[in-house]
Amino acid sequence: MPLLPKILWSLVGVLGALAYGLAIGGIIRKVMARIQGRIGPPVWQPYLDLGKNLSLRTATHHGVMSFIAPIFRAGGGIGLYLLIPVVVGVPALENFSFSGDLLMAMYFMFFGSLGMALGAAEAGHPHSPIGISRGLSQMTAYELPFALAVVALVAQTGSFSIHEIVAAQQGGWLHWNLIQNPLAAVAAFLAFLGMNMYAPFNIVGAPQEIPVGPPTEFNSQFLSLLMVGRATFAVAKMVLYMDLFLGGATSLPEAFVKTFLIYFWSVFVGAVFPRFRTEQAIRFFLGWPTVAGVAGVLLVMLNR
Amino acid sequence: MEKRKLPVLPVAAPPEGSRPHAPLGEGCFLGEEELPKAPALKEALATIKNWFRAQSLWVMAYGTGCGAIELRPLTTARFDMERFGMAMRPTPRQSNVLIVSGYLATKSLKRVIRAYEQMPSPKWIVGLGSCTINGGMYWDSYNTINRLDLYLPVDVYIAGCMPRPEALIEGFKYLMERVKKGEANGWHHYLENLDWYKANQKKLITDWNLPDYNW
Repeated sequence: MPLLPKILWSLVGVLGALAYGLAIGGIIRKVMARIQGRIGPPVWQPYLDLGKNLSLRTATHHGVMSFIAPIFRAGGGIGLYLLIPVVVGVPALENFSFSGDLLMAMYFMFFGSLGMALGAAEAGHPHSPIGISRGLSQMTAYELPFALAVVALVAQTGSFSIHEIVAAQQGGWLHWNLIQNPLAAVAAFLAFLGMNMYAPFNIVGAPQEIPVGPPTEFNSQFLSLLMVGRATFAVAKMVLYMDLFLGGATSLPEAFVKTFLIYFWSVFVGAVFPRFRTEQAIRFFLGWPTVAGVAGVLLVMLNR
Repeated sequence: MEKRKLPVLPVAAPPEGSRPHAPLGEGCFLGEEELPKAPALKEALATIKNWFRAQSLWVMAYGTGCGAIELRPLTTARFDMERFGMAMRPTPRQSNVLIVSGYLATKSLKRVIRAYEQMPSPKWIVGLGSCTINGGMYWDSYNTINRLDLYLPVDVYIAGCMPRPEALIEGFKYLMERVKKGEANGWHHYLENLDWYKANQKKLITDWNLPDYNW
């Protein structure tokens, strides 16, 4: 595919991912409300929140880094999305996938949070660094089982390309990595709970405790940029997991169903579990998920 | 049958040593404030913006008096204010509505002013309970204010002691209507009459150590 149409299609894809991510956020709020016996906000509430935040004025100034932080966050989400092929075989939806994209994607997962850490620290509110320190320590903990799962898949496929990992899983659901390497899948899906920051791993934002954690000082347009980042990042993570474990997708409806199921795994867990403290969360991730990850790598080694 | 005459109760004088309140007078925000005329395109854009703002009111989760106890049921399953798109935000930077819930001690007034000025415009104040209107049962207290709109522009009052959560929901729906129509412009009145508000505030807060306008 020539470069210019590819760039245009990628832009369309980013906007689509944003719309999907926001809609999923609305569905989550509705589901949570229903579980708690409430009516809940309309499903399109995140769109309204985004529009509202864009139409507020701001006059705050905390320094350059705190201005750049939301851009880092949104850039992390959009950049991650642009690296991952959404529907394999449809050039318009394959984005900028290349041979080493899995390594790059793992870096991009950290990128947004690190930018956010710098910006939130400069904003100066004491709750921001508390949220950041919790977020980064939790992230370091869940990164280990996730990295082990990725190592297992890479060793199994013999390639760092998401494209090839998807190609290796074609030919029926029994070929999916979820079935082929269940231990790596367990490690990765438990790490996914930490990535999405729903309960039991929502100590980072910790509503009712440290107000909203890292974004305490961010308002209006900055906050809407953070919302954009969060929505696209969520979609990118879902698509990455779909490609790694559920055999990718050959059509858009298939992608929607699979990503929806992947995301709601963490939502339903979050709906029924209370919150872990940071050290409990770290202990959890370095326990069974890591053991499963190591076992997944060993499984691949022994099978070769 | 002859109508029984009710005895006329003597009005108590304010207790000895009570703080002088700012005099009532011109300058209060009475709910009417015109924004300066803008070009047609900007006006049209403002209509769309107001539509968004009205449906996503984020409330500053800060209770000044006993009225805050009537706010909490709004987040529960029985009343559920989230169905109107309203949510509690714990930081003034992300809130649009400041609820002064009940009596406001002069000590809290300082914090409320600081929180209000840190909120991004447009922002709205809801005065909850009689205490914000005329002092309510604390009308002769030495350390509470009697009229909130001498110090901050109030967009919607919800009368009662205490108003039930249903009354609060009515009040919020009224605020949403006004925001949608672009009529709730107390924040603009505050900016236009900053000197008047600051003078009133400084009359009450003797240990004034805030910047004159703290964004």
